[in-house]
Amino acid sequence: MKLVIGIVRPEQANQVLEALYRAEVRGFSISRVQGHGGELDRVETYRGTTVQMGLSEKVRFEVAVSDGFVDKAVEALCEGGRTGEVGDGKIFVVPLEHAVRIRTGDTDEGAVTPVGK
Amino acid sequence: MSAAIDTGDTAWMLVATALVLMMTPALGLFYAGLVRSKNTLNTFMMCIAAIAVAAVTWAAVGYSLAFDGDGAIVGGLGNAFLSGVDFAPRPGGTIPELVFFAFQATFCIITVALIAGAVVERMRFGAFLVFAALWSVLVYAVLAHWAFGEGWLLTGGTLDFAGGVPVEMGSGFSALAAALVVGSRKDYGRQALLPHNAVYVLLGAGLLWFGWFGFNGGSGFSTGQNSVLAFTNTLLCPACTLVAWFALDLIRGRKVTAIGAATAIVVGCVLITPAGGYVSPGWAMLLGFAGAVPSYAVIAYRTRTRVDETLDVLAAHGTAGFCGILFIGFVAQASWNGVSDGLLYGNAAQLGDQALAALAAPIYAFVMTFVLLKAIGAVYPLRASDREEAMGMDVVQHGEEAYVTGEGAILLLPDDHERVAVPVADPG
Repeated sequence: MKLVIGIVRPEQANQVLEALYRAEVRGFSISRVQGHGGELDRVETYRGTTVQMGLSEKVRFEVAVSDGFVDKAVEALCEGGRTGEVGDGKIFVVPLEHAVRIRTGDTDEGAVTPVGK
Repeated sequence: MSAAIDTGDTAWMLVATALVLMMTPALGLFYAGLVRSKNTLNTFMMCIAAIAVAAVTWAAVGYSLAFDGDGAIVGGLGNAFLSGVDFAPRPGGTIPELVFFAFQATFCIITVALIAGAVVERMRFGAFLVFAALWSVLVYAVLAHWAFGEGWLLTGGTLDFAGGVPVEMGSGFSALAAALVVGSRKDYGRQALLPHNAVYVLLGAGLLWFGWFGFNGGSGFSTGQNSVLAFTNTLLCPACTLVAWFALDLIRGRKVTAIGAATAIVVGCVLITPAGGYVSPGWAMLLGFAGAVPSYAVIAYRTRTRVDETLDVLAAHGTAGFCGILFIGFVAQASWNGVSDGLLYGNAAQLGDQALAALAAPIYAFVMTFVLLKAIGAVYPLRASDREEAMGMDVVQHGEEAYVTGEGAILLLPDDHERVAVPVADPG
């Protein structure tokens, strides 16, 4: 059981959602984050004040999956998030100690497996 | 000459001119709310750019081509660069020609801004500036001459009170051509591209309606009966369109929508634009009800096509302008307008004159815009790359964002652009 964290461009978020859907990964949450990952900074000017934007808008996917779905989730994040330019984002896979489905009290594998599987 | 000037008329026309100019930023707000947040500024800026570009081209040659002389197709260059435009009224007028010029300039400006709605979220800003300059002269000034100057439609008997021909059909059918030449947004038809702020849309529509009282109420160039009639019809007709739109929304989706209501306000104002000073208040209300249906249908149909006429300029302006122009031919009443009757009051010829305008204006606007954009596109790319489109036009074209937070923004000193490690809390 792993937590797959994918940080992608906001404009690629829809593609990632589609890819996850195709990979039959049905449970995840997303949040808007700001980050810096070595991409070139944008320079913006507001009435004479020129600033370098060190942080870029990103979308962070968190996908809790059973071991069999780790590769599928990672592939979907890569496929949906990739444009080939610097700034496409990162994926982190971390071990997941314990999971509970609140409605039923199911734990671990049962909690991260979608209903009906 | 100044003896012919009516101070009351002049006072109203000064106010009306300012009201119409306000419609362009109002349109910017309306359009900005309808696009995604990453394109807010670019969309608004296209409308602001229309003021910049069209006011200059109008002063240079546009006004002259529209209002100098009685050529059938186009006017002369006698008033180019405001030559001869001063405090004396035009023949038959009661206001200084300078005021008349300024009032007409605001019409040219908003018409150029309207077309932006077809190409937002992907057209390059520079290309739009070039297009705006050429379109305001080659298309708007010509159509304005036909309908408002001494051109062939006006002399032929077509009635167009406040711009069904040059403004509404001119922008609507040009918008269709522009959408076809510039092409769809890359995500159109594949992803849901949603309005990012419905409150802007409603506020923009409300301000447009407010300004439209100057637009229609000023198109009699006086405080006379036609102006008063148009003013009141500008209240009644859009209100009826709103009611009809609510009903259509309820029938089709079981819910009355806010974006639909904002659209209905614009459609209603457009419907009454050509007809304002020519039809009775009762007919204006019927026009508002009935005229909602074609525009509603065009919007519903357009979203099923591959044509990304993004903000439905054709439906809101082209279609409604077309309906308004034709409607005059049926129900114009000399007892109300002092000019001419329509078909229902025994003058079938008026309908013929109106139909001619409803045919000629869309064809001219569509063909000219199509050719013009193809020509500009041959020397200058019209649209941003897919990558730029994905990033959003605000950052790419203007180097600014509408909703900047300032987190992580590092101040650059103006002299050497040297990086200074001082995060700026909020540059806005």
